Amino acid sequence: MSEVDNKTIPPVISVEGLTKQFGNFKAVDDITFDVAKGEIFGFLGANGAGKTTAMKMLIGIWKPTSGEGKVAGYDIYSETEKIKRNIGYMSQRFSLYEDLTVWENIRFFGGIYGLTREELREKGSALIDRLGMGEKKGSLVASLPLGWKQKLSFSIAILHTPQIVFLDEPTGGVDPITRRQFWEMIYEAADRDITVFVTTHYMDEAEYCNRVSIMVDGRIEALDKPAQLRKDFNAESMDQVFTSLARKATRSAD
Amino acid sequence: MRTLRFLLQKEFRQIFRNPAIVRMILVAPTLQLLVLPLAADYEVRNINLAVIDHDHSTWSRQLTQKLAASDHFQLVDYEESYRAGFHLVEQNEADILLEFPRGFERDLIREGKTTVMMSANAVNSVKGGLGTAYALNIIGSFNKNILTEMMPTPAVSPGEQIGVVSSVRFNPLQTYPLFMAPGILAVLLTMVGAFLAALNIVREKEIGTIEQINVTPIHKWQFVLGKLIPFWVLGLVAMTVGLTAAYFAYDIVPLGGYLVIYAFAAVYMVAVLGFGLLISTLAETQQQAMFISFFFMMIFILLGGLYTPINSMPEWAITLTKFNPAAYFIRVMRMVVLKGSTFADLWPDFKTMGIFALVLNSLAVLNYRKRT
Repeated sequence: MSEVDNKTIPPVISVEGLTKQFGNFKAVDDITFDVAKGEIFGFLGANGAGKTTAMKMLIGIWKPTSGEGKVAGYDIYSETEKIKRNIGYMSQRFSLYEDLTVWENIRFFGGIYGLTREELREKGSALIDRLGMGEKKGSLVASLPLGWKQKLSFSIAILHTPQIVFLDEPTGGVDPITRRQFWEMIYEAADRDITVFVTTHYMDEAEYCNRVSIMVDGRIEALDKPAQLRKDFNAESMDQVFTSLARKATRSAD
Repeated sequence: MRTLRFLLQKEFRQIFRNPAIVRMILVAPTLQLLVLPLAADYEVRNINLAVIDHDHSTWSRQLTQKLAASDHFQLVDYEESYRAGFHLVEQNEADILLEFPRGFERDLIREGKTTVMMSANAVNSVKGGLGTAYALNIIGSFNKNILTEMMPTPAVSPGEQIGVVSSVRFNPLQTYPLFMAPGILAVLLTMVGAFLAALNIVREKEIGTIEQINVTPIHKWQFVLGKLIPFWVLGLVAMTVGLTAAYFAYDIVPLGGYLVIYAFAAVYMVAVLGFGLLISTLAETQQQAMFISFFFMMIFILLGGLYTPINSMPEWAITLTKFNPAAYFIRVMRMVVLKGSTFADLWPDFKTMGIFALVLNSLAVLNYRKRT
């Protein structure tokens, strides 16, 4: 795991006063944080707390109402296309093409990120080997079990070695063993200096992160290393930390 | 360019993996062209005729037989009274009632004129109207026969003074498929271009893959072209299948040449694809896209001149047809197939279609957002 407290390296994500308002409703309300290179940053919050909205502003598909932000060194207002070149994204909904085979999905997504033919062949084969999906290479993605789909989806999101990968509840509905394997993959990616920005509901997963932030009603209510948070809140587990914060929420979960 | 190639490759793979699309491209044009022109034409046959003959004379019987002998009419019944005949109409068993008054033959001989009464069921106004016209025609020629029979050598022919010799141009045998096939092809291209394409894009919205695409560095124009090109090709393939079917089934060879047809279809496809793209930016679900498509399809067909001639529409409707790209395509197809029109004749239509293509696609691209 890489050292995260090194202040001399500029952060890969830095956000100040970021706000997204829909009518009178502030989905994201004035949030400020930095994420260092190679860090695994956990973005926690109850349903409807504003995690996905914040993430969508960072990856350049939603425009912020106000606030400043830089992702991978590019402005989140004016340089979204450059941001997109430097990040990977795995959405809440499964988003590979089910009617394409495993290999065709790899080729397609690698291709549109500009990987050369050799890179596609090498990285693609390496990916297949790492996942042990050699036999499934030619099967339609629709035929894979969910856990495999999620692992494949993650591998494809980092195929072009982005600076940052954004994961929106990547392990939802996945069995514990696969979740474990999934987190091993996240650690491998972080070792390759890919910053991981991940939202989750599972508090055991929060423990795996270098730092976590907890959002309540659109605001970041806590942000620190998991051990420090447990200490600050005088709690035995992240679960207790989360519950004591989330109890303050006035918004109903969706 | 490389990105576009990856997009196209993906799109074609998905299309060929979807048996419904392949079927629609190959089977739909063939079936529609083979079946529809035969089943749905303007000719009205099998009009059910009921006769109420109070005269029971030679001539009333002769006229009845003459009507029954025509392949437009089917003599279903003789009735004793108008009331009984009308009952048949109410039962939907008769479409036209013909009533001979008592003394029909006597009046004809003594006074040289008489009347019959004809009533038509206009619930189906086409059947009622055309049935009356056919019957009048037949009674008219019967009239002439009687005149010649009664006055063998008249000093001056009391019949028609002005005869009409008619010549039907461009479709001399008035074969219906020749008229119908171009229109059916036009509808088909619209389906493939506007609606398959719209559904395809909205499907990506529904599944969520479009969000994934939106966070990649793919440019808007690349995504749009990646969707347009495959369906443009599909449309022209569907048309080729249709033209082949038309050739083998009805010997239809466009007099103006295939080149003009393909050239116009190529521009037309760009226009309707722009329309499909526009629908896809407005609809969030495939269901919505279907409803929007269906709404416009009805307008395109009904205000396109496929069934009703545009010239016989009210003024405001004629103005509306000017904004209906399908109307241009149907007309151009007919002109090339039947009349042999060339590029020079159709130049204004090419220009108009070019404008349609430009406007619709610009609207669609402006409306398509990678970011909200």
